[in-house]
Amino acid sequence: MRRVVGSNYATAHAVMRARVEVIAAYPITPQTQMVEHIAKFINDGIMDCEYIKVEGEHSSISAVIASQAAGVRSFTSTASQGLALMHELLFSAGGLRLPIVMGVVNRSVGSTGGIWVEYNDSMPQRDCGWLQMYVETNQEVHDMILQAYKIAEDKRVLLPIMICSDGFILSHTVEPVELAEQEEVDEFLPKYEARHSYLDPKDPIGSGIVTPREYRQEFAYQIHRAMLEAKDVIEEVNRDFADAFGRDHSGLVETEFMDDADAAFLTLGTVTSTARGVVRELREKGKKVGLVKVRAFRPYPVEKIAEVCGDVKAVGVYDRSVSFGVGGPHYLEARNALFDSDVPVIDFIGGLGGRDVTEADVRSIYEVLLEAAKTGKAKRNVEWVSTRGVALG
Amino acid sequence: MRLKLKDLPEENIFSSGHTACAGCGAAMAVRNIAKVLGKEVIIYVPASCLSVFNGLFPNCAWTVPYHHTVFENTGAAISGLSRAMKRKGLDDVTVVGIAGDGGTADIGLQALSGAAERNEDVIYICYDNEAYMNTGVQRSGSTPHGASTTTTPVGKLTKGNQDFKKDVPLIMMAHGVPYVATASASFPLDLINKVKKAKETKGFRYLQVYAPCVPGWRYEQSKTVEVGKLAVECGMWFLLECENGRLKINREPKMKNLETYLKMQGRFRHMDEKQIAELQESIERKWEFYKGYADLTQRLYSGSEASV
Ligand SMILES: Cc1ncc(C[n+]2csc(CCOP(=O)(O)OP(=O)(O)O)c2C)c(N)n1
Ligand code: SF4
Repeated sequence: MRRVVGSNYATAHAVMRARVEVIAAYPITPQTQMVEHIAKFINDGIMDCEYIKVEGEHSSISAVIASQAAGVRSFTSTASQGLALMHELLFSAGGLRLPIVMGVVNRSVGSTGGIWVEYNDSMPQRDCGWLQMYVETNQEVHDMILQAYKIAEDKRVLLPIMICSDGFILSHTVEPVELAEQEEVDEFLPKYEARHSYLDPKDPIGSGIVTPREYRQEFAYQIHRAMLEAKDVIEEVNRDFADAFGRDHSGLVETEFMDDADAAFLTLGTVTSTARGVVRELREKGKKVGLVKVRAFRPYPVEKIAEVCGDVKAVGVYDRSVSFGVGGPHYLEARNALFDSDVPVIDFIGGLGGRDVTEADVRSIYEVLLEAAKTGKAKRNVEWVSTRGVALG
Repeated sequence: MRLKLKDLPEENIFSSGHTACAGCGAAMAVRNIAKVLGKEVIIYVPASCLSVFNGLFPNCAWTVPYHHTVFENTGAAISGLSRAMKRKGLDDVTVVGIAGDGGTADIGLQALSGAAERNEDVIYICYDNEAYMNTGVQRSGSTPHGASTTTTPVGKLTKGNQDFKKDVPLIMMAHGVPYVATASASFPLDLINKVKKAKETKGFRYLQVYAPCVPGWRYEQSKTVEVGKLAVECGMWFLLECENGRLKINREPKMKNLETYLKMQGRFRHMDEKQIAELQESIERKWEFYKGYADLTQRLYSGSEASV
């Protein structure tokens, strides 16, 4: 069924179709409508699930950790301050290997900030043992919620996953979205049967027992291994999804014009759409530019990035977040992936606090990159895009 | 039918081999509570002495499913467990959270209040040793007036805790939940029957169990039962029960021997006459309050079953 909806509706619909059985969530702009849509689905009798109307996000994540630990498919969603409030429990969800899915509607966190998109809510959570995927369209949000359960519940992974979408740009913008029917989802994502250990009086286990020094390191190593294996699983599930629904979102990364590009720009989220337009326009003018849409931030597709950027002469990385005094978190990941390459890698920090990243911004980014491709050098490693008092390059 | 101690099973559901201090009131209470709860339970424990003395990986003293994540989320965690059991159609499984007084009166009060307000179908048990013992005896909201702890020391300016004990059971009664009771490790018969009643009740049930702590209260390790008994005798702890809004006093305190109680314990030994008089006055007020509250609620809620 095709309908014109925002990403919060697309998420709620996918959660309903995934036959999630326990939801605990708390409203926060720009995620609020998701909480409301789910309440309405349940109240209209079209969704059958336990909905815990908790008193805050620390409790929503605590409750879904517990319900998932009891072997029931669970969901929560939040943004910004709510995600920061959950921080302590994110480690518990990862550490207990619970395949929880969370919808994160990205918004800046802390002072001074507002209610608009920035990745300083989700990116600082990268070390908690959660997979993180970023999306570009409302269709992709919907599709990734369905894929997320399949990825997280795969026995090679068994880790929680965040599907991150840009606040307002997706949440409050309606687009036509193909909403999945129940039968097709049931086929793609069978009813959840917890196969790993879970809390059951018939077969008692201890979950989350305080762990002494002799054991903790091995548990951590297993999470690391699972995160590495998740790369294959993300690609596989993407192919399965494409076969079932006819929509291919390209797994870990999606590329455009990368076969013969001199300058590549690595994006995440909705800025990709802006960059796509600019890349096509520059190609028409004969400029050898390419685009890499990075979809997975955890696990970061290190090998894939090294492969697609193998022949370029300069790489730009988009960052909608800052690690103060260093650069952007995405830049650090990309530079690590390109460690063996001697091409200049330049960080472009922009769009903070929801500031528009315009086509003109992207054009100037490609100018800087083409110049670096020519000279083989970056004038500066970290550039602040459209920042008052700061000129690029 | 009232339980007798000999009705409890031989087998320990909270098994021996746990690592609590000798004479730990909390361990005594938990062992008896577990026997009444039986095997169709899931236990959640937040950070606390219990989360440590119930065993470090790969050991676990619980022979029933056990879950632990953090310190301040007991109310929320047991909500999630209870809803999951409902989805699975496992209506016979009792979901129980067992938290310390710090995890209850202070950092966990928000999650506790939320779960109570939603009337989640769970039992929340606070074992009250009147301070943060796991981290080495710091004050909690449940620490009584005058008690010295490592953060309310006896010093030049002040001597012991200047504040008064937070009345969490009363806060829970104000939530209008079906069952609130106080109990004590030193009154096992009263305790096990309250656990039984809680188990047989639906909705949110709150129990606060007085649990003397040897190193935290600084008394002779063989005197745990005696200390707990004296507390009820002198009015430092009351045995109460509030069912569907109606408060009942289970045991009339004598309201005397406060000094004997205080002098038994290192944490109070510094208290002078003035401090003791202040404390005496506060517990007498509390006693008057409870008597009046019991009369009032018996009248107001007579005949009420569920709606409070
Ligand atoms: C968020 C957080 N803050 C602080 C701590 C440290 N901590 C662990 S247990 C504890 C005190 C527990 O006190 P209480 O709940 O009274 O239980 P008891 O140890 O007395 O049994 C503290 C402060 C923690 N684990 N988590
Ligand atoms: S410190 Fe107190 S509460 Fe903790 S185990 Fe020892 S006696 Fe029990």
